[in-house]
Amino acid sequence: MTAKSQAARLELRGVTKRFPGVLANDNVSFSVRPGEIHALLGENGAGKSTLVKMIYGVLSPDAGQILWNGAPVRVDNPRAARKLGIGMVFQHFSLFEALTVLENIALGLDAKIPQNKLEAEIRRVLDLYGLKLDPRRIVSTLSVGERQRIEIVRALLLDPKLLIMDEPTSVLTPQEVGQLFETLRKLSAQGCSILYISHKLHEIVALCEAATILRGGKLVAVCDPRKETSRSMAEMMIGGNLKEIVRSGGREYGPIKFEAMKLSLSKRGDFGVALQDLSFAVRAGEILGVAGVAGNGQNELMEALSGEVLASEGSILLEGQGLGALGPTERRKRGLCVVPEERNGHAAVAEFTLALNGALTARRRMGFVQGGLLNMGRVRAYASKVISAFSVKAIGHQSTAGSLSGGNLQKFIMGREILQEPRAIAVSQPTWGVDAGAAAAIRQALVDLAARGCAILVISQDLDELLELCDSLVVINLGRLSRVMKVGEASIEEIGLLMGGVHGETTPEVELAHQA
Amino acid sequence: MRIRLEKRRELSRVMLALSPIGAVVMTMIVGAIIFAALGYDGPRAVMEIFFTPVLAPYKWPDVATKAAPLILIALGLTLGNQAKVWNIGAEGQYLLGALGGAGVAILTKDMHGPWILPLMIVAGVAAGALWAAPVAWLRNRYGVNEILSSLMLVYVALQLLNYLVTGPWKDPNGQNFPQTAPYTPDQKLPADLFGLPFPPGLYVAFALALAFWLVMARSEFGLGVRIVGEAPKAARYAGYRESDAVWSTMLISGAMAGLAGVLETTTQSGQLNLGFPSGYGFTAIIVSFLGRLHPLGIVLAGIVLAISYVGGQVAQTTVHVPSATAGLFQAMMLFFILASDVLVRRRLRIEWGSRTAAARA
Amino acid sequence: MGFSHGGGKGMSLDLIIAALLTVVNITTPILLAATGELVVEKSGVLNLGVEGMMLCGAIAGFAVAFSCSDPDVADTWLGLAGPWLGVVAAAAAGAASSLLFGFMALTLGANQVASGLALVIFGTGISSLIGTSFVGIAIQPFDSVFPESLAEHPIGRVLFGYSPIVYFAFFMVAAVGWFLNKTRAGLVLRAVGENDLSAHSIGYSVIGVRYMSVMFGGAMAGIAGAYFSMVITPLWAERMTAGRGWIALALVVFSGWRAGRLLGGAYFFGLFMTLELYAKASGFSFLPSQFWAAMPYLMAVIVLAVMSARNKGGSQSPACLGKPFIPDA
Repeated sequence: MTAKSQAARLELRGVTKRFPGVLANDNVSFSVRPGEIHALLGENGAGKSTLVKMIYGVLSPDAGQILWNGAPVRVDNPRAARKLGIGMVFQHFSLFEALTVLENIALGLDAKIPQNKLEAEIRRVLDLYGLKLDPRRIVSTLSVGERQRIEIVRALLLDPKLLIMDEPTSVLTPQEVGQLFETLRKLSAQGCSILYISHKLHEIVALCEAATILRGGKLVAVCDPRKETSRSMAEMMIGGNLKEIVRSGGREYGPIKFEAMKLSLSKRGDFGVALQDLSFAVRAGEILGVAGVAGNGQNELMEALSGEVLASEGSILLEGQGLGALGPTERRKRGLCVVPEERNGHAAVAEFTLALNGALTARRRMGFVQGGLLNMGRVRAYASKVISAFSVKAIGHQSTAGSLSGGNLQKFIMGREILQEPRAIAVSQPTWGVDAGAAAAIRQALVDLAARGCAILVISQDLDELLELCDSLVVINLGRLSRVMKVGEASIEEIGLLMGGVHGETTPEVELAHQA
Repeated sequence: MRIRLEKRRELSRVMLALSPIGAVVMTMIVGAIIFAALGYDGPRAVMEIFFTPVLAPYKWPDVATKAAPLILIALGLTLGNQAKVWNIGAEGQYLLGALGGAGVAILTKDMHGPWILPLMIVAGVAAGALWAAPVAWLRNRYGVNEILSSLMLVYVALQLLNYLVTGPWKDPNGQNFPQTAPYTPDQKLPADLFGLPFPPGLYVAFALALAFWLVMARSEFGLGVRIVGEAPKAARYAGYRESDAVWSTMLISGAMAGLAGVLETTTQSGQLNLGFPSGYGFTAIIVSFLGRLHPLGIVLAGIVLAISYVGGQVAQTTVHVPSATAGLFQAMMLFFILASDVLVRRRLRIEWGSRTAAARA
Repeated sequence: MGFSHGGGKGMSLDLIIAALLTVVNITTPILLAATGELVVEKSGVLNLGVEGMMLCGAIAGFAVAFSCSDPDVADTWLGLAGPWLGVVAAAAAGAASSLLFGFMALTLGANQVASGLALVIFGTGISSLIGTSFVGIAIQPFDSVFPESLAEHPIGRVLFGYSPIVYFAFFMVAAVGWFLNKTRAGLVLRAVGENDLSAHSIGYSVIGVRYMSVMFGGAMAGIAGAYFSMVITPLWAERMTAGRGWIALALVVFSGWRAGRLLGGAYFFGLFMTLELYAKASGFSFLPSQFWAAMPYLMAVIVLAVMSARNKGGSQSPACLGKPFIPDA
């Protein structure tokens, strides 16, 4: 429609944003041409989300200018952004579970369109971009990929000139990612610019025409991904050389240490997933990865392993002993430790000091409790030990968990469990939302732990991480595990298919199972 | 100009200590203004309510008498408040405690021995806990909101008191007044413990405050209660079950309220009548918050609120303010402590135009 | 409210009508307060201060109605409009008192349970304080505005014999139900209660919506309170709402936050409370009167248990109920 004119669709000049204690964006300038698919690249904490929130009007810059089609604008709030023609698909969806797709979309619109007209409009957009979605479904019954489509349709209904996508593929199977890319290419061909935020380098190489790289709030590079490699962009992102994980070659595995035997749990709540005859076996010194798209039972599996939800005695075994009916404290005493996905509010309590957070799980196994009372001296000493052993950037054991950055808190949590010298450990999303330095340290710590004979289970949505870290792999889908594959044997395609169940869509019989 | 509240990175220790004091001071100021506006001598009313009881030693036994039950009940409530288990029905458990003691008193009215009084106290504690038990059970089993269930039971307890005192437990020699027979000497607490004119309940309150501090700050159980209230998912992860916390905190707060109730009746006046319900169960909620959910703070807050009760009575005679005055001041203290509580976690920031000038509070 | 002792059929009909009138009288304030609180909770806020707001409304309504019946102004338009002005004043007083809670819970993000309780204690105190000069005074009850002739016929009395506030209550239940489910604004309010962070990121003013719902709840509670002081017993007495505000809160829970069930639930309660009155009056001897007095509260607990058992997992309450809204930005 429009010839690629020289005037930028969007331009940022010297944009700066400060929060207490951190300079989130420091004098950032870049521009996006009409119809361009432009990547905004950087690791977690580099300032991408903050920058984009300013473009969308959720935050306002402390300094600098935003120009739209060459003219300076002030984007006071998301409504103003939408009026300009900027649409945004957030990483975390703004959906109302109890309402229908139609109601959700209606809420996101500024204009008051009567519901039947709106429904027709929605169906038109869905057809135009080849998306599949039923406007009358209640959101809580939808898969994550389908929920993302609601967000996309919301943005598309505005007929946007700039579409911002914030980490869109972390919740999709490889096939769904392909479909998303098709939709984005169609949009770009029609003159809509796309600002694509991600830290997934191979996707950016595949999709984008230009990339702006942020590090520590500053703009460090602008490049054309089509001319770069994943590795070169990674080095620009991190600002140094990538460290390889050090693994002692030719490891021997010991006997089977940690297993699940036909673990079954019925579905809890409307949005839960039932675990069905789930079995795995991890040997001493082995790292088993569990790949899968979010929402397929990972949380349920973790709860069963930690003891937050009780199962039958023989369904979870540590060195042959049935632990399934024991609570978390008992399991830790026997040597099974667990790190759940959520740092805040689950693995740690933000308002508590690191010392107390240490006592959260270690208090019995490490002997802090005497006569019902906590030996605060030992509690504090342990926390200090974790802090120094894992290079946690904190003032000391008296710092609150909430004052730590994501990476540092994750290091503390992992350290807290690892220093208990568990016999087996299960971790979920060990490096989600963590900067590259901390992520590398955490992965190295896991590898070292395995070398000491621990049996490790890693659940992650990051396939790259699993392939790097694990010895063998299974895929979890709708509460079931696939066959075990040795890393290096299975292809990404096969894994993707297993993750998606049946090609990413739900077949009728699977859907019925989902509602059972 | 924009006023914003920003999250602090660390809780402000200064504000933690100052906020209760600030709340009381603000209450005095605003209270004086309100009463002046309504035509009373505002500043004098505040003087009488807050300072006269402190400055007049002959009023101290009165203050102590009111402080003891407030502190006892509030200690129990605090544990629950930390776990976010809201026991609003302490008044009912307090009544049941008194009834439990009265029941034993009636059974033993012709007996003698040093075992009678302890038995009454045990009965009172058990009765209070028993009245709290259904609340815990309903919440765990059916998810019934404990605020509503505990409160409904207060009204039931009031009716129970009414029935017993006007019916089966009425003093046959009492000229048909709705009251129980006066307690025998075996059934009453000593008036002059340690040579001081303070009710024994006060010493019990101090001792239990220490015990509660130990449990809350240093025990594994206390840690669990805090985690359950702060982050329920983390609590389960740490091996604490919410249902256990609901049972233990409700039973403990019921027991404490029951203890306060039976101790109240075994004072020198020693009997139970329709005038017994005094609202301590509700005022204790204010004590708990004003004391920042900390046993030491609760002792101080209990004393402050007891002062306001006694002072309120004084002010009624000297400044002619109505009886509702004490309650009004107590409510204001709660408002101000809740408001100043916010400043512990958040910082006040005033922005002028595009430049920021931080007004720290 | 006595019953006439006619003979035969006339007597039982009179009895039934008197009972019906009593039920309506008892239920109306609870229905009003609960309807207001329903909207508040649907927007994600738990305001326990209903009892306090009702008392503020009661004294405000009484005071204004009384002032308008003063002989100096009784013949002017003020005198005629007196009761109506009283109702308006009651609504305003309720809304104003709710702002205290709103400021604490919404602007400051303070603990909603404690803030609501503070409002109860404060409202009780301030209404007692202001009411001291009004104790012992009587005003004309704000009764039916329909012509007397309609009241002759029994059916007429049942349909038209009530204070305008009663019809207002019925109207409001229907209006609230329509508002929440059929209008855009109601959809936004429900969204705010379901997922405040999402509503905020879309651009809705969560705090703004919640302030409005809180004030609406306050106004309704105020009018409910005025019903006590202006219709049921046209007097003022301290704490005259006698815990009905708490029953209204329980009512919202077991209506499953649905307006239609609210109406049914309210009348169910009203029936029990009427039973209490008749038990006391006629002296059922097989159970003490205190049992009947305790019945409504016991029933409330039992019904709460049954309702909660049927909604396993609490899926019907607004997801954000009681959670303070603190945007990260």
